[in-house]
Amino acid sequence: MAFEITVNGAQHSAEVDGDTPLIWVLRDVLGFTGTKFGCGKGLCGACTVHLDGEAVRACQTTIDSVGTSVVTTIEAIGATAVGAAVQTAWRNGQVPQCGYCQSGQIMSAVALLTATPQPTDSDIDAAMLGNICRCGTYVRIRAAIKEAARTRG
Amino acid sequence: MQPSPNPKPRLSRRGFLHASVGAGGALLLGLRLPIGRTAAVEASDASLFAPNAFVQIDPGGQVTLTMSYVEMGQGTYTAIATLIAEELEVDPTTVRLRAAPPNEALYANPLLGVQATGNSDAMRGAWLPLRQAGAAARQMLVAAAAERWGVEPATCQARLGEVLHPATGRRLGYGALTAEAAKHRVPREVPLKSPEALTLIGRPVPRLDVPAKVNGTAVYGIDIRPPGVKVATLAQSPVFGGRLRSLDAEAALGVTGVRQVVRLADAVAVVADHMGAALKGLDALVIQWDDGALGTLSTDDIAADLHAATLAPGAVAQTTGDAHQAMANALTRVEATYELPFLAHATMEPMNCTVHFHDGLCEIWVGTQAIARAQAFAARAAGLPPNRVILHNQLIGGGFGRRLDVDGIVRAVEIARSVDGPVKVIWTREEDIQHDMYRPYWHDRIAAGLDDAGRLTAWTHRFAGSSVAARWLPAAFKDGLDPDSTEGAVDLVYDIPNFHVEFARVEPPGIPTAFWRSVGPSHNSFVTESFVDEIAHAAGQDPLAFRRALLAKSPRARAVLDLAAEKAGWGGVLPARVGQGLALQHAFGSLIAIVATVEISPQGDIRVRRVVCAVDCGLAVNPDIVEAQVQGAVIFGITAALYGEITLKRGRVEQANFDTYQMLRIDEAPAIEVHIVPSTEAPGGIGEVGTSAIMPALANAVFAATGTRLRRLPFDAAKLKA
Ligand code: FES
Ligand code: FES
Repeated sequence: MAFEITVNGAQHSAEVDGDTPLIWVLRDVLGFTGTKFGCGKGLCGACTVHLDGEAVRACQTTIDSVGTSVVTTIEAIGATAVGAAVQTAWRNGQVPQCGYCQSGQIMSAVALLTATPQPTDSDIDAAMLGNICRCGTYVRIRAAIKEAARTRG
Repeated sequence: MQPSPNPKPRLSRRGFLHASVGAGGALLLGLRLPIGRTAAVEASDASLFAPNAFVQIDPGGQVTLTMSYVEMGQGTYTAIATLIAEELEVDPTTVRLRAAPPNEALYANPLLGVQATGNSDAMRGAWLPLRQAGAAARQMLVAAAAERWGVEPATCQARLGEVLHPATGRRLGYGALTAEAAKHRVPREVPLKSPEALTLIGRPVPRLDVPAKVNGTAVYGIDIRPPGVKVATLAQSPVFGGRLRSLDAEAALGVTGVRQVVRLADAVAVVADHMGAALKGLDALVIQWDDGALGTLSTDDIAADLHAATLAPGAVAQTTGDAHQAMANALTRVEATYELPFLAHATMEPMNCTVHFHDGLCEIWVGTQAIARAQAFAARAAGLPPNRVILHNQLIGGGFGRRLDVDGIVRAVEIARSVDGPVKVIWTREEDIQHDMYRPYWHDRIAAGLDDAGRLTAWTHRFAGSSVAARWLPAAFKDGLDPDSTEGAVDLVYDIPNFHVEFARVEPPGIPTAFWRSVGPSHNSFVTESFVDEIAHAAGQDPLAFRRALLAKSPRARAVLDLAAEKAGWGGVLPARVGQGLALQHAFGSLIAIVATVEISPQGDIRVRRVVCAVDCGLAVNPDIVEAQVQGAVIFGITAALYGEITLKRGRVEQANFDTYQMLRIDEAPAIEVHIVPSTEAPGGIGEVGTSAIMPALANAVFAATGTRLRRLPFDAAKLKA
């Protein structure tokens, strides 16, 4: 059936089964390929997007559960103040290697800093441990989150 | 162990490299690599200035550089572009990069002899030829400007995409000079900048790929969407070598969005409008497999074979002095066996490949580390000549050796043959882990002899496992040896008078093996550096002092060791169940020393608290990328040491996703410091050294913390309970 969803401020419609994970609607139907597929089981965080500002795993979110919630993906997160600060910190800190996990990392980091503007190390651990980085950029992710928190004051 | 009376000349890595370089042209001798023009460029606009296969400048001044090494996170696009930009005198942030098409004649890595990105060879292979490519182009542009102005080329300068004539203040952009420059002869030899004149090389130039990787616009293979593309996912025979016996696809074909089910001899693919439907269709398939001959195989069977192989002589990889006699004369003997598991690559981007058969062509979009190999294998699978297979290489979401193999491309071609229009084949994570090609399982038998003064006088080491090189680059396997399997076991930095190493190649049945980040040393460094620690303890010596005493002839090695020890505060007093471990490694043309600090919980869980690395990788072309690569490689190695293990039961891989094949996560990641030794030597490889060096450093730290020596990976926490 057809689902109407709001992604990055615009209305979109997708003709899929209701149990279709949001990740495939975003990537394959609507073309938002910045959101990545890593495990399909909620184990890696590569598919992290925001639903009304909360970080969720798009592979574990069915399209019929989205309703009127607003979906934000990596493509539009820079339009928010926190998103822009995080992206800048990521660039300044030269965080990405292969980069494949980084959309998800950034989306988790933005959700963290939105809820907790000055996170402690254990706040960072708790918010980010669902996001695997196979390239091992964790040292720089931590530093960039702290940098973004500093610039946001 | 039988000392070989007349050992065969061994094919050391260095010998192998020299041979390859020699065969690839007089690269190191005359700097005269045949830097040809690309066919694509020749066929296109004649106003382009394309003096060689790497540099192209259009009349608008846009510089396009062709990347013969693929970007998979290691920063190669930035570092290689830096080499060219340095000599071409352009701002690297303004150049456009394009991935090289398959063409071994133009784009082979001179160290490997094939067009591949692996073995941490890119910088070593590119260091001179790509600087030369930039310098030759610059020289032609300067000559063109000088001619137009009627002045001596020597009175002109090139800077930031322009030629200047300082005496008269005249300047011309490169774009304005392309037509005239193209008429000049490509110089055969050009002087390269002296180390003092370098302005980009050696500096932390920001990575060119980072902006697109923080805003979601970077395009990986999995993001390719040609018009009308369908998405497919697949199930392959759970037992390697098994076949499809029967298939009921009726329910799958009833799933909304599923278009087709493709049956192959040993796999089934569901083709759909989107991956959600393909996955649902896959779930609905009723498949029966014929397991074939290997349906009862377990890892224990393979381990037993390897163990047996270490009891018989292998091929002699290196021998100096008379290790057998020296061992017999030794006052103290230390003996051990080591064992390392199969490992999956688990690249963050699962295997995928997009294929479109049209107009007698097979067009492929994929991220591959070996594009020429991909073309050859795809052509065979497509039933087409290679020149009918068009490949577009993409950014890679993690390579680590996985994408040196092209099995996923062959699979996608097999599926696409039955599909009308383009199809993107995406493997689930489960398929990715259960149908990987794995880092070989290794079994090692190693011994050392000490004299009455506690000096190391004898070393024997025999190991059994798969030779990946024998399959992947058969020419590299000679007389039972290949330079990869033995790297890190031979040519040790230590001065050991009687030294003997053997390799017994044993190919396991039923499980394919492949290169894995840090390749040979991923195994050998763990064994040799753990064992050096064992010997030091047997000799009653401090592991640092013991190593230093063996390094009188290796000042560079001693320097990195000392640097790491100093920065880590080696030898300080530590709390109970906290320990520091050291490792030193010479591999990939670089030296690294690591001091790891671990803390062991009462339950035996290992927490890695701090990792201090000192590296001498020659001139660090981009020190920030060097630091990042070492940081990441260390995490990769910790993951392997703590968690990494692929096992087989009833012929099936038991691990499936990140719950059963675990990755280190941020809460477990230690602080990692990287100290780079300043150097003007030619660059060494850096993408892999940290992975192999951290594993023994951890084992040695665990021993320091607990007194328990762990000789098997991954570490068994049960052995460390308080
Ligand atoms: S793809 Fe969704 S958590 Fe891994
Ligand atoms: S940057 Fe490669 S997986 Fe994180």
